[in-house]
Amino acid sequence: MTDIKLAPAPPGVTGSGFFATTLDKAVGLARANSLWPLPFATSCCGIEFMATMGATYDLARFGAERPSFSPRQSDMLLVMGTIAKKMGPVLKQVYTQMAEPRWVIAVGACASSGGIFDTYSVLQGIDEIIPVDVYVPGCPPRPEAILDGVLRLQEIVRGESIRRRESPEYKALLESYGIHNG
Amino acid sequence: MGKLDNTVLFQQLHLKFGDHVKKIDEPFGLLTIETVKDYIIDLLRFLKTDPQFQFIYLTDITAVHYPELERSIAVVYHLHSLVHNVRIRIKVFISGEQPEIPSATALWNGANWMERETYDFFGVQFIGHPDLRRILNVDDLPVFPMRKEYPLEDPNRVDKKDFFFGR
Repeated sequence: MTDIKLAPAPPGVTGSGFFATTLDKAVGLARANSLWPLPFATSCCGIEFMATMGATYDLARFGAERPSFSPRQSDMLLVMGTIAKKMGPVLKQVYTQMAEPRWVIAVGACASSGGIFDTYSVLQGIDEIIPVDVYVPGCPPRPEAILDGVLRLQEIVRGESIRRRESPEYKALLESYGIHNG
Repeated sequence: MGKLDNTVLFQQLHLKFGDHVKKIDEPFGLLTIETVKDYIIDLLRFLKTDPQFQFIYLTDITAVHYPELERSIAVVYHLHSLVHNVRIRIKVFISGEQPEIPSATALWNGANWMERETYDFFGVQFIGHPDLRRILNVDDLPVFPMRKEYPLEDPNRVDKKDFFFGR
């Protein structure tokens, strides 16, 4: 039988029968270990993500057990593959439909920068239309790289203030992308 | 029924249309003729309906941009006679500044999307087309991207230089 490693408790004060920490850290712990992914796969990076979800690499180990195919119940949008300019409004609508808090990972060269497709029909990185939290390099990235991206996002989520989404900076960020429902 | 001979085919077309039809090439046995835009629909109709030929299948409509030519846009039609299993290619050279040509939708409904695609990439105006708007690119694209004056890549871009990839 293997040892099951639990997520470590956040720093806090402990005594007999109680444990005290800040609400930020408790919420961060909960959020980081139950990120529901929404795969938005258009090409070969999506195939790598399928391997990442599968039994060998097992994304579910990190709390992403349930891939959500509805944006309304998901936290983490994974954009994998070339996004044509015509696909841009669709992607933006999917992002807008997600409830706060929401995070975005751009998987692979195409989603991050347009990749080799430096041409009139391809979006040169999805950060032209939606804010991105983590970029995963590779063409396509190996499943390990995608897992690393998810782990880095977990770090961001764990450290995020629960007030961040109400902050004027965050609202200005969304406003700069023309997203008004924040 | 014997295979339709290219020489016979061109002779018949020359008989019907005279000097408005010119043979320009015959690569791999594919008869390639040139005509002018005033005669293209008559020529297509003749090829389609003449019982001798029956080019009933419109394989493709596309265009080529030759910036060095005076009439710089060539609209290309590919027809296929399913009866004889013979193909023919028809080119029409039109002005690059005002690329206008009659629509072939009067003859084939299938020409609709082919002409929309040709408009989308080359800006060719098909007169008489029922719904000539972009089909593949985004609606608000300001250019016709397959024309050669359109740059293939953004020359001012620096974020994809080899330096950033350790090369």
